[in-house]
Amino acid sequence: MTTRVLPVGEAGWLVELPDLEAVWALDATLGVLASDGAEVWHAVVDRVPTARTLLLTVDSPADLPGVRRALDDVLAALGCAAAITPGTVRATQGVPGAIVEIAVTYDGPDLDEVARLTGLTPAEVVAAHTAHPWRVGFTGFAPGFAYLVGGDPRLTVPRRSTPRPSVPAGSVALAGEYAGIYPRASPGGWQVIGHTDAVLWDVDRTPPALLRRGAGVRFIDTALHEGRP
Amino acid sequence: MSTVTIVDPGPLSTLQDLGRPGWAHLGVSASGAADRGAHALANRLVGNPPEAATIEALFGGLTLRVDTAVTAAVTGAPAPVRVNDRPADHHTTLPLQPGDVLLLGVPDAGLRSYVALAGGIVVPPVLGSRAWDSLARLGPAPLSAGQVLPLGASVVDAVGVGHAPVRLPTLEPVTVGVWPGPRTDWLAGGLHALAEREWRVSVDSDRIGVRLDGTPLRRASAHEGAELPSEGVVRGAVQLPAGGLPVVFGSDHPVTGGYPVVAVLPAPDADLLAQARPGQAVRFTPRRGPSR
Repeated sequence: MTTRVLPVGEAGWLVELPDLEAVWALDATLGVLASDGAEVWHAVVDRVPTARTLLLTVDSPADLPGVRRALDDVLAALGCAAAITPGTVRATQGVPGAIVEIAVTYDGPDLDEVARLTGLTPAEVVAAHTAHPWRVGFTGFAPGFAYLVGGDPRLTVPRRSTPRPSVPAGSVALAGEYAGIYPRASPGGWQVIGHTDAVLWDVDRTPPALLRRGAGVRFIDTALHEGRP
Repeated sequence: MSTVTIVDPGPLSTLQDLGRPGWAHLGVSASGAADRGAHALANRLVGNPPEAATIEALFGGLTLRVDTAVTAAVTGAPAPVRVNDRPADHHTTLPLQPGDVLLLGVPDAGLRSYVALAGGIVVPPVLGSRAWDSLARLGPAPLSAGQVLPLGASVVDAVGVGHAPVRLPTLEPVTVGVWPGPRTDWLAGGLHALAEREWRVSVDSDRIGVRLDGTPLRRASAHEGAELPSEGVVRGAVQLPAGGLPVVFGSDHPVTGGYPVVAVLPAPDADLLAQARPGQAVRFTPRRGPSR
């Protein structure tokens, strides 16, 4: 996949990149340029990295052409995606965090649907979810929400065709290649397989987010843990 | 310190300002007034900078009392205004005296009225803003009866605008412009498909997003059944879930979304949509792509 710059109305630009590591590399590069004080980057209000894209939002529609030109220059200087290699990125990721253990009760409304979609039994879904540690790929969606990557590939499932208007806080869910935990009740289209009492986001805690970039996450099945019959 | 007391918050009153841009990488979206223009106008009428906090009252019903001489203004949804039980005007400066009670009735059209008080409401900011974010649950919680809020010092003596001529929200169909979004190619028929049918605001709408009812849109065949990795979204983004009924993100939108964004409203049109009532008709008008 090639690098593309896509319009987001008058709000900004969405840069589509080959993979998560290329996203991290471009985000880190723009972070350095912004802190070095290059004038044009002051117009960028937010940078939102996700799995394949980096969203740049601008202060005013008048800033769009200037930011686009500067962005094209950066992408050209980086040799587009080709030069944005995993090696470029390692240094920007920081030290991997400790493993965070999350106790889960696997009673979600979509557990049976996930079993059907994956061809596993519900028990096998739980086993696959708890077997290997996941890793925080990026954050977003809501404060404290982390997209967890590196799980069992058999758990790759589509989102629900219609999102729920409200998914309860603590819902443990799957979508695409990701696992996630809803920090607060919010609308959402992920397949909910269980729930946890862990507090994902607390503004009175420093730092407020439980799961941060670089952290590993291991899910624990409470049914096994508590020796329930 | 001068204060304002919330006698009755009505159905839902929150503090709003221009929000907290710059925190999206942590999953915190800007939030802020749902109708930015009405919020800014209320501030302008009382001599406040646009970033001062106002009260956003959903469906009127708000009653407040001031303990000081202060200029007030009400904008947005045209809720009947009364000061000490006497009718007062919308979109104009209202000089209040200590002990005066300002009351908003139920608006004839629109959803959200804004009450600005000179000096602004100066509760402690959270991440740089006094806006209540209903999705992130950040900032000062929705207002409750008996709550006493501090007022800031007014920064100007004379107010430049006495009465502002504005386009008030109506019950007529709302027409909003749309620019291309990053995933317009995922929508069969492109922006034309969005524009050719009439939509209705769903009752499931709120500050997070306006859900639209109507004939479901279809995905372009090239993207049928495809999954899009979650990506950053903005206020005014028109998201197309697989079910085909679009959702237009409001001030408290999630920072990222997993359905394709097929169009984006200009900011003033996002204001218009934020005033559209459940059941009200909505039409989209494509704009030409912004000059690159």
